Amino acid sequence: MNLTLLILLPLLTAVVILLMRNAEQVKWTALIGSTLQFVLAFVLLFAFRNERAGGNEAQMLFELQYNWFPAWHISFHLGVDGISVAMVLLTAFVVIAGVLVSWNVTKMTKEFYFLLILLSLGAYGFFISLDLFILFFFLEIAVIPKYLLIGIWGSGKKEYAANKLALMLMGGSALVLVGLLGVYFGGPEKTFDLLTLSRGHIPVQVQKICFPLLFVGFGVFTALFPFHTWVPDGHSSAPTAGSMFLAGISMKLGGYGCLRVATYIMPDEAKEYATIIIVLSTIAILYGAFATMMQKDLKYINAYSSVSHCGFVLLGIGMLTKTAMTGAVMQMVSHGLMTALFFAVIGMIYERTHTRQVNEMGGLMKVMPFITTVLFIVGLCSLGLPGLSGFVAEMTVFIGSWQHPDPFHRIATIAACISIVVTAVYILRAIGQTAMGPIKEGYNNLSDAKWNEKLAAVILIAGIIAIGVAPFWLNDLISPAAEIIMHKVAGK
Amino acid sequence: MLNDFLILMKSELVITFIIFLLLFIKVGKGMKNESLLSLLQFLLLANFIAGFFFNETGSLFGGLFTTNALIAFQKSILSLGVYLISLLFADWLKKSEHMPEFFILMLSALLGMFFMISSGSLLMFFLSLELSTIPVAAMTNFDLEKKISSEASMKMILSSAFSSGILLFGISLMYGATGTISFAEMPAMLDGSPLQILAFIFLFTAFAFKLSIVPFHLWTADVYEGAPIAVSSFLSVISKGSIAFILLTALYKVFAPMHELWYNMVVLLSIATMIIGNLFALRQQNIKRFLAYSSIAQVGFILVGISGNSIAGTSSVVYFVLIYVFSNLAAFGVAGAISQQTGKERINDYKGLYQTNPFISWVLALALFSLAGIPPTAGFFGKLFLITAGASNGNYFFITVAALNLIVSLYYYLRVIRAVFMDKNEQPIEKINLHPSTKLGMIICGAGIVLVGLLSWVYDYITALTM
Repeated sequence: MNLTLLILLPLLTAVVILLMRNAEQVKWTALIGSTLQFVLAFVLLFAFRNERAGGNEAQMLFELQYNWFPAWHISFHLGVDGISVAMVLLTAFVVIAGVLVSWNVTKMTKEFYFLLILLSLGAYGFFISLDLFILFFFLEIAVIPKYLLIGIWGSGKKEYAANKLALMLMGGSALVLVGLLGVYFGGPEKTFDLLTLSRGHIPVQVQKICFPLLFVGFGVFTALFPFHTWVPDGHSSAPTAGSMFLAGISMKLGGYGCLRVATYIMPDEAKEYATIIIVLSTIAILYGAFATMMQKDLKYINAYSSVSHCGFVLLGIGMLTKTAMTGAVMQMVSHGLMTALFFAVIGMIYERTHTRQVNEMGGLMKVMPFITTVLFIVGLCSLGLPGLSGFVAEMTVFIGSWQHPDPFHRIATIAACISIVVTAVYILRAIGQTAMGPIKEGYNNLSDAKWNEKLAAVILIAGIIAIGVAPFWLNDLISPAAEIIMHKVAGK
Repeated sequence: MLNDFLILMKSELVITFIIFLLLFIKVGKGMKNESLLSLLQFLLLANFIAGFFFNETGSLFGGLFTTNALIAFQKSILSLGVYLISLLFADWLKKSEHMPEFFILMLSALLGMFFMISSGSLLMFFLSLELSTIPVAAMTNFDLEKKISSEASMKMILSSAFSSGILLFGISLMYGATGTISFAEMPAMLDGSPLQILAFIFLFTAFAFKLSIVPFHLWTADVYEGAPIAVSSFLSVISKGSIAFILLTALYKVFAPMHELWYNMVVLLSIATMIIGNLFALRQQNIKRFLAYSSIAQVGFILVGISGNSIAGTSSVVYFVLIYVFSNLAAFGVAGAISQQTGKERINDYKGLYQTNPFISWVLALALFSLAGIPPTAGFFGKLFLITAGASNGNYFFITVAALNLIVSLYYYLRVIRAVFMDKNEQPIEKINLHPSTKLGMIICGAGIVLVGLLSWVYDYITALTM
């Protein structure tokens, strides 16, 4: 399969959207485009599994390489392993759901969908690139659409939130840039190629400087404590699809970068800094969970709980065991689907009640059974009910963490486990107040979900349940790739 | 001999020919501005295209004038800039009573820059620098009825005279210290004696004045604000570009033996220029002053590239200037179109611009994203290669400062984006009627901003010329 299709298809969709005349055409173009992306992601999955089943043991499949800027040894190098495929699938799920729930956007529809598709282009490109330069290129492509999405279609303190997000993310990518240049000039040869860099050995003194730069730089994207402050503001001000993309895809760019770039090519210092990563991510997990308890606004609840859940991703990476790393990637996929669904439901509720304050709602189960059922499912997934994806992912991280017998890792694991209890408290309380109890004045005539909202929810729920019921599919995909990274870390 | 003369000096001869043509037209019956403008646009386009043919390496007049493929390409970039200016500001130009004079002045300045890039000795350099500066001072005062323009022109001429004085002083000291003014012979004579260092510092100061490197930047914002926008854009793009080109020759070729000395100077000045330019740009309300400080910050980035080694530095700076021509001219073009029709020049006036003028809003957004270095615009590649060139010395503190400055600059570029796309305004700027050639200019700029980066052969071509 030709991987450039994953980049060309969104590009083509974006261009066609620009040529459309009215909002109706734009919406259908975006939907057709994202459906094709969805199909393409599954084609990639099956092609990948076929190759692997056929005994192709190459680390990266479907590799492509064009010389791009030969003077700087930059090549347009694409390729996927299991982790990339999982992330591409996640992106496809979130994009189609995001397009569907935005069906009612009336303000500047064309621009809205153009930016959404552009964002997905950046994400696909990021996940399949094997050259650090183009990886960085796609990482930055995704920043400005977020800024505009929040600033134009957002609500509340949108300008402030958009600025904060753009500047913090650009700050993160500035650190990434310096780290990449350090690797480029300090490494064994002048190259941005990920595979070449991973085969050679980067001197330890270079790693000492570049690893923290890259890890923190990518960490900003995935809400590494204490650089998580853009998350609550950004998510709560963004339009529904914007929040879904931010939390579902964009935060995963950081986790993927921490794993694939920082940890993989600089394993020595990854071991050195592991303690700090574990401490910071445990703080993020607990702090996020406790901060969520205090929130009254549904979007803030999900935003802070995202900080907590993304902490598991970094915890899994910091633990440096194969199981924990697999768990980290699973958590990225699971959280991506779950949080996208959560934001979608919040958007649907807000569109009808015009409030996101938990205490102003009540008894919504009676008027919108479908939406509240989805809210229950996503809430249960978030608190880790077995049978849904959240349980599988977090459990894998915990098992991986427990493989370290020393007290430090044990304590970190136990502390992270505590957050699950806290999660149960805030999720159940929020859902209970929203859906149960007597119905509030004026909410009697609200309508239930429309076809587009139902479809979006069903697609995401299908993903969540599939992972929850049959986690071995995802596990088989991810763990060989995680094993390669672990091999490198173990120095074999 | 005559053939050499014709071929090696072809760009200069073409420009001279156009200047004389304009003189005849002015003295003779005269033409309507509209048709004269079309003729000039055609001639400038022809000049730009002709710049790609018959480029040979050679020197004339005993080494006073040198040229090669890279220099020819640099001249083409400048020609392209002038062509774009003639397109973008068509409305303003054709309303001016003295349009032929404006072009005579602008082309004389361009001629000066061509000679400057090609100069092979300090004397030639000084002469051509003067030729490229004095007409610009007259252009600055082109809106005769505006007081602020006269003030700007006065500031410009005074600061140029001052820097010329310093330059001449440096040249005479350098002659005294090395016994030569020829660029070819000078490197062998440089041994780093205190007198030579002093002379070099004076020479560099003159460059710093023209490039508005901090702390010699104080004239920039006032002049840009007072001058007609077409002239501000010429100053910020064409003048800066030409000085950056000759600075490359001076530092990498002539003063190569003093690398240690100028490397530290360039690093310090670059940090100061980026920081000061960025911090001052944060608070500007007038779009011209805003672009003035942003262009100061851009010069800081050019210095980052110059601090690198010769090949990477040269190619990344030339590449960046090419991109800068498209991006900055697009931004100035939009500001000019709005100012021409409504007289509004404040960023706050731009609020809600997107509702009434989507096309120029997108052009402005592309230009500003390119200036900020956001992919997929060409500015991303330009900035990144400058920084990569600068990083080749392993000075990571410097690179980190440069990277952090990218964030600061993003903040103020986003301010304009926010005004245009997000802020609400009861009375947004009305629909701007663009002159067809202005529209063409904007489309060319937009295409350049998008394509120059993604098509990597542009950079390969420049690198091949550098080798």
